[in-house]
Amino acid sequence: MSALEQSSLAMGLADPVFGSQHVFRTLLNAFAAPSTPMQISDTLSGVPDSIPSAAAAVLLTMADYETPVWLSQPFDGIRPWLAFHTSAPMPMHPADARFAVVSADFNELRLDAFSLGDERYPDTSATIIIICPTLENGHPVTLKGPGIKDATVFAPQGIERAMWKQIADNNALFPLGVDLIFVAGSSLAALPRSTRIIGDF
Amino acid sequence: MYVAVKGGEAAILATHDLVAEDRRGDVSIPEISVEQIREQMQLSVARVMNEGSLYDEDLGALALKQTQGDMIEAAFLMRAYRTTLPRFGSSVPVDTATMAIRRRISATYKDLPGGQVLGPTYDYTHRLFDFALMANGEKAPPAMAADYALDAAMPRVPDILGDEGLMEVEAPPEHDPRPFDLTRDPVEFPAGRDVRLQTLSRGDEGFLLGLAYSVQRGFGGNHPFAGEIRMGEVTVSFVPEELGFAIELGDITLTECQMVNQFTGSIEQPPQFTRGYGVAFGHAERKAMSMAIIDRSLKAREFGEATEYPAQQEEFVLYHCDNVEASGFVEHLKLPHYVDFQGELELLRKIRREQEERLAERKEAAE
Amino acid sequence: MLDGDKNIARQRWMGILARASAVEIAKLLSGLGDLPDYHIIKRPETGTLMVEGRAGGAGQRFNVGEATMTRCVIRLTDGRMGFSYALGRDRVKAEHSAVIDALLQSENSTSEMLQSGIDALERSQAEARDLASRKAAATKVNFFTLVRGDG
Repeated sequence: MSALEQSSLAMGLADPVFGSQHVFRTLLNAFAAPSTPMQISDTLSGVPDSIPSAAAAVLLTMADYETPVWLSQPFDGIRPWLAFHTSAPMPMHPADARFAVVSADFNELRLDAFSLGDERYPDTSATIIIICPTLENGHPVTLKGPGIKDATVFAPQGIERAMWKQIADNNALFPLGVDLIFVAGSSLAALPRSTRIIGDF
Repeated sequence: MYVAVKGGEAAILATHDLVAEDRRGDVSIPEISVEQIREQMQLSVARVMNEGSLYDEDLGALALKQTQGDMIEAAFLMRAYRTTLPRFGSSVPVDTATMAIRRRISATYKDLPGGQVLGPTYDYTHRLFDFALMANGEKAPPAMAADYALDAAMPRVPDILGDEGLMEVEAPPEHDPRPFDLTRDPVEFPAGRDVRLQTLSRGDEGFLLGLAYSVQRGFGGNHPFAGEIRMGEVTVSFVPEELGFAIELGDITLTECQMVNQFTGSIEQPPQFTRGYGVAFGHAERKAMSMAIIDRSLKAREFGEATEYPAQQEEFVLYHCDNVEASGFVEHLKLPHYVDFQGELELLRKIRREQEERLAERKEAAE
Repeated sequence: MLDGDKNIARQRWMGILARASAVEIAKLLSGLGDLPDYHIIKRPETGTLMVEGRAGGAGQRFNVGEATMTRCVIRLTDGRMGFSYALGRDRVKAEHSAVIDALLQSENSTSEMLQSGIDALERSQAEARDLASRKAAATKVNFFTLVRGDG
């Protein structure tokens, strides 16, 4: 790494210990209440422009040298930043990743290309961070399942019918399947594999 | 079954004070410092680092001080502490061939390149008390130094025979894969050599010693020779992702043992010497030797040998050699099992009652 | 200097700093007078390193156990970055070592002064190693064969 590249790498979480604890707690809450938007309040600095701060906070908290992260095309630019702060390997193939960052308009996204876990260790499946313009005003679907009282409506912008079909198929694999984190700016909402998707797709 | 029981808080807090007082002992005697333990109880510290699976001499010494010298409790502290730390990565595999040797002996070759170096050892002491140490009057004289240092590189003994093709080859498998890590992934059977060696290296010295002894006494089909035992400092190197080149982080003390065993051969393999490997943090020869014997006995499957003895059965050895896990399960019996026991008691009373009723009925019928 | 040569020089001083005590490193820095201004990029942080070994010394890799280590990354006001990594848990040593690493990367009177301090540390580390080796050498066995009978 040249000195020039190095100097562009700034701080990660404002407070590495309490910051990552806050993000972790937020993620727990998000997965406990599927589709409910949560705010990441840690002030991050030096995050590459191409990635929203909530996604950056999740990566800084969850990724390390044993947590391979797969990046789809528009996020190639964050590689040096991610390597510097987390030492995470960035594999070629989605199947080798534990976390992934993709854009909502990434047409080639195939959820079943990622690790879905196996019967003995369903926890080894991937968690996919999907970057959306906002977490509302998109194609609405109704969600049911653990953590949701009766039913709720979720409509992150940029997630089209075909994608919802994939997400519903993923839910059918339970207890296997990937978990999803939708991110827009500093907010995030989680969709665990246990949430059922009901609606028109 | 476990039930939450309330009401012991005050008693528990009082035990903390009492154990602290006990630990301090007679206050008219000067308190021992962590530095004193680190420098003067090095072999205990090594054992705590091995079984705690964390190399840090200061923490090993603190663990011993805090636990009144209870090795397993001290190892538990080390294990608990390491779970609070982030993992920065894995080292470049340490190269014991470049060890700065302080002790190196072979029971298979008298004249070996580099020589037999006895180093600091109790092997040649008479096991008689040195009452001068108790009288506190002795000052250790500085050890004699030779005019010349040892050879910078000493060949590992099994590598010497390796040239003749009489020694089992130890070579990395294809692509030199990253090793399994039992602190990250669950152990499965049959277990690979990497899984076995990691488990043994954090295993209880006493358990491994007993098993190794059982192998020697005939409960295992091997006759081991101590091909080589070496102890000294090795360099630990690491490649930080952000630098992209290897840097040295310092040195650690290691003890390594290469056991050499007879092997009569099988359909696939010609008669040759086979190997067992042991390595331990600090100066820990007994541990490294026991580990090497067990490593070899666990290779039974690979060599097509019968696995009829405990030391050859990997599930038995690997699941039971960890003293922190073992003491956790044995000592959990101290926890309240009141409801469990009440249930058993009720059941027993009921069975007794029924039996007595049956006997009475039979007696009546007979009359 | 080529990048490769620079890395080799840097590997050398980083290894020497990692082996030095916190006191030795503080002394090295205090020789400079005022500390330069710098920003902390990664706070001194203690974690673990998994120490790997090889079966038989040269065979299959396996995990021996972890060791504590501490790292730190700083940036001088001129943009140069300093890194430090060492076994143990000394955070002050980590921060000081990272500053020294950054300062050593330029060629000026400060780096020359630090360089001579690094050389001195290297000598004393080599001397300690040599003494330990000579003490071990004093316990080396010189076998001699007793002649039996009339020969």
